[in-house]
Amino acid sequence: MSKVRVLVGTRKGAFILTSDGNRKKWEVSGPHFGGWELYHIKGSPADPNRLYASQCSGWFGQVIQRSSDGGKTWEAPGGEVMPSPGSPPAGASNKFVYDASPETGKPLTTHQWYDGTQHPWEFKRVWHLEPSLTDPDTVYAGVEDAALFRSTNGGKTWQEIAGLRGHGTGPHWQPGAGGMCLHTILLDPSNPKRMFIAISSAGAFRTDDAGKTWKPINRGLKSQYIPDPDAEVGHCVHRIAMHRSRPGVLFMQKHWDVMRSDNAGDSWQEVSGNLPTDFGFVIDVHAHEPETIYVVPIKNDSEHFPPEGKLRVYRSRTGGNEWEALTKGLPQSDCYVNVLRDAMAVDSLDKCGIYFGTTGGQVYASADAGDSWAPIVRDLPAVLSVEVQTLP
Amino acid sequence: MITVVLPAHLRTLAHVTGDVKLEVQGPVTQRSVLDALEARYPMLRGTIRDHVTQERRPFLRFFACEGDLSHESPDAPLPAAVASGAEPLFIIGAIAGG
Repeated sequence: MSKVRVLVGTRKGAFILTSDGNRKKWEVSGPHFGGWELYHIKGSPADPNRLYASQCSGWFGQVIQRSSDGGKTWEAPGGEVMPSPGSPPAGASNKFVYDASPETGKPLTTHQWYDGTQHPWEFKRVWHLEPSLTDPDTVYAGVEDAALFRSTNGGKTWQEIAGLRGHGTGPHWQPGAGGMCLHTILLDPSNPKRMFIAISSAGAFRTDDAGKTWKPINRGLKSQYIPDPDAEVGHCVHRIAMHRSRPGVLFMQKHWDVMRSDNAGDSWQEVSGNLPTDFGFVIDVHAHEPETIYVVPIKNDSEHFPPEGKLRVYRSRTGGNEWEALTKGLPQSDCYVNVLRDAMAVDSLDKCGIYFGTTGGQVYASADAGDSWAPIVRDLPAVLSVEVQTLP
Repeated sequence: MITVVLPAHLRTLAHVTGDVKLEVQGPVTQRSVLDALEARYPMLRGTIRDHVTQERRPFLRFFACEGDLSHESPDAPLPAAVASGAEPLFIIGAIAGG
């Protein structure tokens, strides 16, 4: 029988939940890296036992962790204890240095700051790790201040894909309230040279040549706080999702508005339809139904909790516009948690499992595509991210 | 041998359970001690001082012999008692975060 492994990043450590394919009984392991913020943990599609984790702290900065046994043991890649000084050089798995070399693009040193001045790019943390679809040792990192890095040696060393910041609009990017983070990385399964990324609050971007050149893909996004209705960048994209069978169709939860693109981001249409509010953070796609999508509406941009204190997942089976509230098993009174942008994922069992974590420390799961829900763990620290692996 | 006392989270990261003993060549300074520490425990690079600027991370402090050395030059000699191994160099996480 298949198994499911749920990787949960929280404000104070990582937790790994496992279950058989029935998804009724869960074992919880953790906290791993207790006391550290775990922004994201994700497994390699090419080797499910290879996991990467972003571990960070206000005191000690960024650490990258790697597991080769599904999360039982971890190591900082290249960070082995050296028998003596002068031993072969170690890696620098937590070294993220922006590329400003003339050879790989324009030296980029500043971006727009809150007061309209230019501000230096400063590395703060890794928000998202996206392992390659084919190589367990290749992994991408989305970081704050917004940039994209890649490692091809299992996380030992990292190089910036500088064409993203260097494509031209970088000096106009500006941080949102949560920081200027690159939080979404989508790899096109049908085209290894195509990749989508999203940045708060710059927008969405696409490369069609494996990262050498990039272009903004924000046409059709409307943001009330931007005077120019056709602004190329400046949109606060919260999350993008795709179904792997249709990588040209993208779904977006923006600061406000749920959006859809049928041409790989060249243009977007709003599909918020009958949602009670179209503010939110997460969005995801059913594993087997490319037109079935999920969001968790949040009241508004200052009240980051569900409307009316009712935690409701909304499902559209029509690719947007027509939404139904999914409430069975979810708290329907006095619930004031948030669901952050990386905290929803799906498994690929039949029926599709849907999972999301809250800032209140619960991880809810549905083993029937959202019809009913139950907490599979509660009372964790605030959940930052949820990823799911379906294992043979 | 120089003795360095790490904060608990860095001991975990470095897979050590107690104080760290280091051989330091030449003058014993913050820089030479941290260089030796990071050479032995590469996973600590970037966690005590910035990878690029080599400046102390803002919420870490250096103490020895009941004195705060955090604002001393990284190239200033550490107290003789630290250099002789009689007293440890403490790396301490500042109280922060509420």
